[in-house]
Amino acid sequence: MAAGVATWLPFARAAAVGWLPLAKKSMPKPPSDNKSRNDEILIVNVSGQRFQTWKNTLDRYPDTLLGSSEKEFFYNEETQEYFFDRDPEMFRHILNFYRTGKLHYPRHECIQAFDEELAFYGIIPEIIGDCCMEEYRDRKKENLERLAEDTEAEMATDAPLPPDSTSRERLWRAFENPHTSTMALVFYYVTGFFIAVSVIANVVETVPCRPPKGRVKDLPCGEKYSLAFFCMDTACVMIFTFEYLMRLYAAPSRCKFMRSVMSIIDVVAIMPYYIGLVMPENEDVSGAFVTLRVFRVFRIFKFSRHSQGLRILGYTLKSCASELGFLLFSLTMAIIIFATVMFYAEKGTKETNFTSIPAAFWYTIVTMTTLGYGDMVPNTIAGKIFGSICSLSGVLVIALPVPVIVSNFSRIYHQNQRADKRRAQQQDRHSGSQALCVRNRSSFEQQHHHLLHCLEKTTNHEFTDEHTYSEVCMAESVGYRTSRSTSISSHQGLSTSCCPRRAKRRAIRLANSTVSVSRGSVQELDTLHIQKSSIVPQSRSSLNARTQDLKLNCDDTDFTAAIISIPTPPANTPDESLPSSPGIPSILRNSRQLGDCSGSFTHETVKISSL
Amino acid sequence: MSGCTRRCKMGIVKFARSIHRLVTGTLNKDKPEDELEMTVVCHRPEGLEQLEAQTNFTKRELQILYRGFKNECPSGLVNEETFKQIYAQFFPHGDASTYAHYLFNAFDSGQNGSVKFEDFVMALSILLRGSIREKLRWTFNLYDLNKDGYINKEEMTDIVRAIYDMMGKYTYPVLKDEAPRQHVDAFFQKMDKNKDGVVTLDEFIVSCQEDDNIMQSLQLFENVI
Repeated sequence: MAAGVATWLPFARAAAVGWLPLAKKSMPKPPSDNKSRNDEILIVNVSGQRFQTWKNTLDRYPDTLLGSSEKEFFYNEETQEYFFDRDPEMFRHILNFYRTGKLHYPRHECIQAFDEELAFYGIIPEIIGDCCMEEYRDRKKENLERLAEDTEAEMATDAPLPPDSTSRERLWRAFENPHTSTMALVFYYVTGFFIAVSVIANVVETVPCRPPKGRVKDLPCGEKYSLAFFCMDTACVMIFTFEYLMRLYAAPSRCKFMRSVMSIIDVVAIMPYYIGLVMPENEDVSGAFVTLRVFRVFRIFKFSRHSQGLRILGYTLKSCASELGFLLFSLTMAIIIFATVMFYAEKGTKETNFTSIPAAFWYTIVTMTTLGYGDMVPNTIAGKIFGSICSLSGVLVIALPVPVIVSNFSRIYHQNQRADKRRAQQQDRHSGSQALCVRNRSSFEQQHHHLLHCLEKTTNHEFTDEHTYSEVCMAESVGYRTSRSTSISSHQGLSTSCCPRRAKRRAIRLANSTVSVSRGSVQELDTLHIQKSSIVPQSRSSLNARTQDLKLNCDDTDFTAAIISIPTPPANTPDESLPSSPGIPSILRNSRQLGDCSGSFTHETVKISSL
Repeated sequence: MSGCTRRCKMGIVKFARSIHRLVTGTLNKDKPEDELEMTVVCHRPEGLEQLEAQTNFTKRELQILYRGFKNECPSGLVNEETFKQIYAQFFPHGDASTYAHYLFNAFDSGQNGSVKFEDFVMALSILLRGSIREKLRWTFNLYDLNKDGYINKEEMTDIVRAIYDMMGKYTYPVLKDEAPRQHVDAFFQKMDKNKDGVVTLDEFIVSCQEDDNIMQSLQLFENVI
């Protein structure tokens, strides 16, 4: 909107004529506008495609290649055009940025090519408009991750190890990348085989086998062939223990390894065996021991080292944690609600299954997931009505988060990348982004500043900030206050001869920056106003301030620019201090005498942030 | 007590309506007047030569003005909302909407609710390149809210209050409530020659011409374009 605001400024300034008859004081001098009115058309030849634009358009962003004098390096004298040997398709977007002030990211282009073009033309990617920013960021992240994975994969499959690697490193490498050596491959398949054997043995030992002679009841195979199963179990555990110890030895960071998920699974898988060895054959404890054997089934998770898909599944579940949490939470809420309702609905019935609310939980879960076992069934009419509502809502509640999880999995599986859900893009786009600024903003700000000052003169009040305002409110009851200066050095002369109250530091608080000025220029406006407020004569009677006393002791060129916009008191009194032409205020004349610093009136030196 | 029952009844009615909507499953049908205005109003200004003849701008300046105008308002028209928004951007401290409203009325010579490029350029021509008399007449037109040829105290108070609104809350010295009124009184004292409570155009022009400050300030804005 910067270009737009700048377009309308002349009109706003012209409309200030409407204030003139009301003004109690006369208006300050406008800043002199030395922008050349003669606009010319530049030709930019990008690989044969000619683009033409106004010079002013390109000058809007002086921090870029096209806006600065850097483009002169590409100027071709014979053809009188600027020649760039770059992609003309991309250049179109770059040029549109100058024209509209918004940078768009073309979706069909490669993100890296786009980044390179931006870097060449000196445009920072942060100013991409909101409409395209998300897409840009997502693609960039994808790209980076793909690159990272590629480099990782490259590194991983790099056959030659550095020759001076220790055996430990080689061992770790063998474990992580079984394809590197045949030994590793053999070990990989052996462990895989034993995991499978162990899992199958766990399963089979519970299957009822034919009872041995002399018994009638069916016996689980585990008890019939207990010795065989025990031997198999021992062998598997031996292998697993050996593998775990090897990994522990080879791991570059043992603590990190021990904390990793896979190692925990390993430990949990082999623990029951050892505990079973240690524990005595006691009837009481063996019950607990049996429970421990359940953990043997975790051996199946060891397969995830061998399977990419399993890893992705686990990864998906981890990344969808919020959806899963939401599912769980909403289900819990619904379960509690419906269980309560069903319990009270069925309370009257004799011999009902709904003996308590927790007992009704089971019914609710079974109904909501549309299982419907039928072991608990409502009998009352109210119970049936609420039961049907329960099953309907169950379908809804469960169906809602599931597609999200599914799409996530498919995306990850297909792209094999991390899912990064869209965050809100309203973070610091505006804080860091406005490094580029419109060039004629310096004159834009002078003029805007002049306009605001005209308003002040019309109403005979001045802009100030909230802090000062509240102080003034307090001060009016207290009386005069001593001048408070923070970053401003104290000044003598006119301003301290009168009410010291006015010698406070005042800055305009530009509320919620609807004016689209850059941060730099906001600061500039602030400092400009500090400047301005310090010179304003403190009493009405001293309007005929002596301009010759207003010497400046700063030879910063930016400073001079700032002074131009400061309303000079002498403008009010067209007498001895003013030249007859209203063109250049006399203070400008004095400001040119930069070498001449008189001590009678030291001006406040305020740092002015350059644009 | 009756208010309570009335509110209860209203609440029940609303609830019943929402149940009804839930049961029948009807979405709000798009009313015909809610449909998007498919007709896009577009306006093209008269030719460049005519505008050049009617205003005090050169062709070059008109071209620059129109390019900027067209960039901002591709449809060629500015409506009051947009006008207010644009103007508010220049005065972030206070509330510029009232003054923008008066300004819009002054720009909109045809009083049809939108400012065309011709209106825009005519007004700018008067403000920037016009004679003193024309400028003062334009200003009088701005102040005269009901366009009856007289400025009375109420109109003036409205204008002055709108201007003071643009200053915002945080001013130095603190803005008191009677400041606008005092300002208006001072203004009338100066302008109303025959003390009849209203200011006519001639009184206005004569009084302004007597004031050197105003005369000088009028020259200031000539190089805005």
